[in-house]
Amino acid sequence: MDVVMLSRLQFAVTTFFHFIFVPLTLGLSLLVAWMETRYVMTGDAMWKRHTQFWGRLFLINFTLGVVTGITLEFQFGTNWSRYSEYVGDIFGSLLAIEATVAFFLESTFLAVWHFGWDRLGRKAHCLCIWLVTIAGTVSALWIILANGFMQHPVGHVVNAQAGRAELASFADVVSNSFAWGMYGHTVVSAWMLGGFFVLGVSAWHMLKGSHTDFFRRSFAMAAPWTLLTVILVAASGDINGKQVAEMQPAKMAAMEAHWQTAKNVPFNLLVVPDEENERNSVEAIGIPDLMSWIAFGDANAEIKGLKDFPKEDRPPVAVTFWAFRAMVALGGVFVLLALAAFFARKRESVSPTLLKALVWAIPLPYLGLALGWVVAEVGRQPWLVYNLMRTSEGVSPVPAADVTVSLTAFLVIYTLLGVIDIYLLRTYAIKGPEAREA
Amino acid sequence: MLETIWFVLWMLLWAVYFILDGFDLGLGSLLPFVAKNETERRIVYNASGPFWDGNEVWLIAAGGVTFAAFPKAYAVMFSALYAPLLVLLFALIFRAVSYEFRGKVESALWRGMWDCVHYFANLVPALLLGVAFANLFMGIPVDAKGVYHGSLLGLLNPYGLAGGVFFVLVFCLHGALWLLLKSRDDLQVRALAAANFLWPLEFILLLVFLWLTWRFTHLFALYLANPALFVLPVLAAVGIIATKVLLTTGRLWSAWAAHGLFILGVTFFGVTGMYPGIIISSLDPAATITVFNGASTPATLTIMLGVALVMVPIVLCYQFWMYRLFSGPVTADSIAADHHAY
Repeated sequence: MDVVMLSRLQFAVTTFFHFIFVPLTLGLSLLVAWMETRYVMTGDAMWKRHTQFWGRLFLINFTLGVVTGITLEFQFGTNWSRYSEYVGDIFGSLLAIEATVAFFLESTFLAVWHFGWDRLGRKAHCLCIWLVTIAGTVSALWIILANGFMQHPVGHVVNAQAGRAELASFADVVSNSFAWGMYGHTVVSAWMLGGFFVLGVSAWHMLKGSHTDFFRRSFAMAAPWTLLTVILVAASGDINGKQVAEMQPAKMAAMEAHWQTAKNVPFNLLVVPDEENERNSVEAIGIPDLMSWIAFGDANAEIKGLKDFPKEDRPPVAVTFWAFRAMVALGGVFVLLALAAFFARKRESVSPTLLKALVWAIPLPYLGLALGWVVAEVGRQPWLVYNLMRTSEGVSPVPAADVTVSLTAFLVIYTLLGVIDIYLLRTYAIKGPEAREA
Repeated sequence: MLETIWFVLWMLLWAVYFILDGFDLGLGSLLPFVAKNETERRIVYNASGPFWDGNEVWLIAAGGVTFAAFPKAYAVMFSALYAPLLVLLFALIFRAVSYEFRGKVESALWRGMWDCVHYFANLVPALLLGVAFANLFMGIPVDAKGVYHGSLLGLLNPYGLAGGVFFVLVFCLHGALWLLLKSRDDLQVRALAAANFLWPLEFILLLVFLWLTWRFTHLFALYLANPALFVLPVLAAVGIIATKVLLTTGRLWSAWAAHGLFILGVTFFGVTGMYPGIIISSLDPAATITVFNGASTPATLTIMLGVALVMVPIVLCYQFWMYRLFSGPVTADSIAADHHAY
C-alpha cells in the first residue's frame, strides 16, 4: 500500500476508535449533571447514588476519549504535514482555541468533580460536572468547526505565492453554516447515544431484578430524553442532508447512488449500486419525487448525477451509499425503540422483550454514529479540503514503512485498550450502584 | 513583532508544561524506587491524581499553538520526528490508562502490571522530550521542502542522549520535591533522600549539558551578541541553587517553586537560543524555519493573541484554585477514607 492509503487507514482507525468514547462522554455527562442537579434540588440520596454510579462509568469512558484525541492532534503533523502547512493558518487556530477555551476547563473540573466530593459543597460540586459538560460540548464545537472547514471551506483566500490557504474572515470560519449543521447533528446524536446507554444498562438490571427501584428511576428518566433526542437526530439529519445537497453535490449523488442528472427524482427503497458500470444493478420500489424533495424540499428539483462529475472528482460510491442507507435504517430502529421505551417507562412491569432489545441495542447508536462519519468523510473524497486540496496532496513526506509500523502499533494497542475498557465498563455496569472502587 | 510575541508565548507554554507535567512524569519515574508497598504506591499515584490530566493539556496547548502560530514548523517538526513522537504518544496513552485502570481490579498481578506500565509510560516521555529538544537545539537534517533526511538512531546522538538523560533527572527531582510535599512518614523520608541524591547529579549534568551545548550547537551565539539575555541562564542558576538552599532549610513549597523557576530558566535559555529559528536545518541554513518564514498570517496571530491573553490567565486562575483545593498531604488514612482515590 502507498503512504496515502496507509495514512488514510491510520487516521480512519484512530478516529473511529476515538469516536467510541467521545459520544458517551458528551451524552452521559449531561445526564449525570442532570442527576446531580436533582440531588442538589431534592436532597434525595437516591439521586446521589445515581450520580456516582453513572459517573463511575462516565470516568472509565472519559480517559480513553481524552488520550485518543491527542492522537488526532499529533497526526495532522506526523501524517498530514502538507495539509497542516497548507491550512494551518485557519485549521490550526481552531484546534488551539479548542484546547485553551474548552479542554483545560474540561480536564481540570473533571478532576475536581472526581476527587472533590468531600472538599466542596453540594452546589459547587454539581457546578463542576456542569462545567465539564459545557466544556465537552464547546470542545466538540471547535473540532467540528475545523472539520467543517474541510467539508465546506469558507472565510479563506488562497495565497498562491505562499502556497497556502490564509484566513480572510474569522467570522465566516466560525459561522460556517455547514459546520454548524454537522455540529447539531453530531451533538444530538451523542445525547441520543447517552440516552440509549442509560436505557440499556438499566434494562439489563431490570431484567435480572437487581436494584430494580434504582434502575427503574434511571429508565424513567432516560426514556423521554432518548425519544426527544431521536427526533432531534432525525430533524438535524434532514437539515444536514439538504446542506450536503447544496454544498457537496457529489457526496449527495454518492449517498443516493444517483447516476443520471434528472428532475423529479424518485426514492428507490431497494438499490444496489454497480460502481464499475456506473449504474445500479437493482432499482426497485420507487416513491416518485421523494429524493428531490428530501434533498431540496422541492419535488421538481434537479439532482446532479454522478456521471456529470469527472471520474477523478467522485467519492467512492458503494461505501458512501451503504453507510448512508445503514445509518438511516438504524435511525428507524432508534425511533421504534425510543417510542417503546417512552410508553413503557411508567408501567409496573416492562415487557422483557423490550428490555432485552434495549440491552442488545446498546452498541447500535455507536454503529450509527460511526456510519455517519463514514458518509461525511468518505463522501468528501477525493478532497481533503473540499474543492481546494486533494487527499493525496496532503500527506507527509514520510516513508510508507514508518506508517505501516505505526498503523500496526495502533491496531494492537487500541484493540488491547478497547477490550480492557469495555471489560471494565461492563464489570462496573453490572456491579450496580453498590460497587466501590476496589 | 507579532511573530516574536508568539515565539515567547510558545516558549512559555512549553515551560509551563515542563513545570507542571514534569512532576507527574518524575513521580512515575520514581515509583519503583520510592514506594515499597501497595499503600505507598497508591500514595504516589494520588499525589498527582487530581492534577496530571489538567497538566497534560498544556502539552496539547503547546502542540496546538505550534500548529496555529507556526504551521510550517509544526508540519516539519511532527513529520520529521515521526517515530519519537508516536512513541511519546503511545506512552502518554498508557500513562493515562494506568492511572484509570490500575485500581479497578483487585489483583496484585493486575496492579503490578500497571505499575510497570506506569513507570515506563512516565520515563519514556521524559527521555523523548529531552532527546527531541536537544536535537531541535542542535538542528535536524531537513531540506528546504521539509523532508527529513535522518533516522531514529540519528536522533540518539551524544547530545540528544545527554538532553534525554538531563530531562529525566530534572523531572525526577521535580517529582521527588513534589512527593516531599504530598507524603508523610517513610515515604517522605525516601522522597527527601531521593531529592538529596538527585540534586548533585542534576547540577553536574547541567554543567555537562551546557558544555555540550557550547560544543554542539549555536545557541550561545545569540547570547554573545545580546549579553542582556544572559539573565535567562542566570535565572536557571538562581533556581537550582535556591532549590538546594530551600530544601536544606525545610521550606518545601518554596523549594519546589524554585525548581520550577529552574525549569523555566533552562527552557527559556535553550529555546531563546534558537531564535529566530524554530526548526534549525543542519543541512542548509536556507532551509531553517524561522518565526518569520514559518508563521501564520498577522490576522490569525492577532486573533489567537486575543484568545490567549484572555484565556490563559483564566486557566491559570482556576488551575491554581484547584491546586489549592487539593493541597493537603496524601496519606494512608486519606486514601482509605476516599473511595474515589486511585
